Amino acid sequence: MGCTAADVVAALRAAAEVVREHRDELVRLDQAIGDGDHGENLKRGFTALLSRLDAEEPASPGKVLKLVATTLISTVGGAAGPLYGTAFLRASAAVGDAAELDRDAVARALQGALDGVVARGKAVVGDKTMVDALTPAVTAAASVDGSVAAVLSAAAAAAAEGAESTVPMVARKGRASYLGERSAGHLDPGARSTALLLRAFADAAAKA
Amino acid sequence: MKKIINDPETVVQDALRGMQAAHSDLLTVHHDPAVVVRADAPVRGKVAIISGGGSGHEPLHGGFVGRGMLDAACPGAVFTSPTPDQVLDAVARTDGGAGALLIVKNYTGDVLNFETAGEMAESEVRSVVIDDDVAVKDSLYTAGRRGVGGTVLLEKIVGAAADRGADLAACEALASRVIGSVRSMGLALSACTVPHVGSPSFELADDEMEIGIGIHGEPGRQRVPAGSATEMVTALLDPILEDLPFASGDRVLLFTNSMGGTPLIELYLAHGIAEQLLADRGITVERRLVGPYITSLEMQGMSLTLLKLDDEMVELWDAPVHTPALRWGV
Repeated sequence: MGCTAADVVAALRAAAEVVREHRDELVRLDQAIGDGDHGENLKRGFTALLSRLDAEEPASPGKVLKLVATTLISTVGGAAGPLYGTAFLRASAAVGDAAELDRDAVARALQGALDGVVARGKAVVGDKTMVDALTPAVTAAASVDGSVAAVLSAAAAAAAEGAESTVPMVARKGRASYLGERSAGHLDPGARSTALLLRAFADAAAKA
Repeated sequence: MKKIINDPETVVQDALRGMQAAHSDLLTVHHDPAVVVRADAPVRGKVAIISGGGSGHEPLHGGFVGRGMLDAACPGAVFTSPTPDQVLDAVARTDGGAGALLIVKNYTGDVLNFETAGEMAESEVRSVVIDDDVAVKDSLYTAGRRGVGGTVLLEKIVGAAADRGADLAACEALASRVIGSVRSMGLALSACTVPHVGSPSFELADDEMEIGIGIHGEPGRQRVPAGSATEMVTALLDPILEDLPFASGDRVLLFTNSMGGTPLIELYLAHGIAEQLLADRGITVERRLVGPYITSLEMQGMSLTLLKLDDEMVELWDAPVHTPALRWGV
């Protein structure tokens, strides 16, 4: 069974709720090694997304993902706005106009998202960024058998591990990199938010 | 947290409304998306000079909108870069047919958002990235040096060139020359509190200072005991002088900046020390700027910026400017 536009919208509404719940945690993580705006910025973006989803129901999963991209680009700011925006834009392009997404399409969307983030932010694994969560998620998604829910569940688990792996890293991108060695010992807020979003998508898919 | 605000969520737009009320002769504030535009924009045939960045650094950038400096400023949320739609709106409102130059401070978010806007813009747009902060040392393993105090000098000098009719390529070349000749460093005696966060961005003991801070409440490179004013000025000036490097016989502009919470009496004291230390090294201070021009909310602290001058830069620095924060020659 594939994933319809309505399923994608439901997953995004769930993600918005998760972002709201974890806003303070993301602020604290970002205060430790950045400038403390990540939680607030994401919350602003996903709140704006909710009102856009209330106003219009895009016809295909790809169009929903594109609406996410344009909304996040114009409301989030910081580095996360263009990075998440580009991720959703490339995910949208990867799935095209299909009315339903099967497991392969979801894996392609994740790969597209990673490619977009890397193209825009030029980070590699080990730089202590969202790439450290997204890269293992894409690998896990491509290698697991089963339903869309199974793919997303594997991706979410790998992203959570990937996010944890950023704790000992010394940041080489973004504001945390100004701290040099002092950035080690902290969870990267971008990697954490990526893991949270994927967990929200996986939980929504399991319920669908 | 004690601040003169009604609602942390609307600080920026509330402040912009006050700015509009205070300076309606010089600028117009647009909302959704938020853009501060000079009152007589677009100026036909003139290159539009546009900048922007997170709010909380006032008067940067909105306070520099007006004749001889910026055509538009894009204010983001506090310490958060503006979004591409703000930049696109600024370009559309100010392009007088000669294109637009975007002045971007080197922070990951600012660069990504301005870059995205530049790709989407329909006008001819070029951008320059300023990265004058010598506190960030190893640029291969970081996001690179930050844009700090040099931004103010860059906006003034390039704004003057555009006002005199320099074309887009000339403005871009001049901007690159200024960026290559300017260096800064800052220190903090206290952290600042971002309104929507509500608690200080880092903790400093009563007898500590943080050297090499940026302008977003991010910690610096080194925490040391707070010494005398002379020790503080030396701690900032030495790395700046070594970096470019500046040498005996150089002519410079010295910009002594308050991070927001340091009063002018301390700032003038520090400026006097810096002038003396430069004179001791045979460096001629030909122009000065002293005051809170690129701040970090209520942070106590200061930054020093040195720009190596040539005749053209001196002439452009002296050229008329009429903005809320800088005004002379008019």
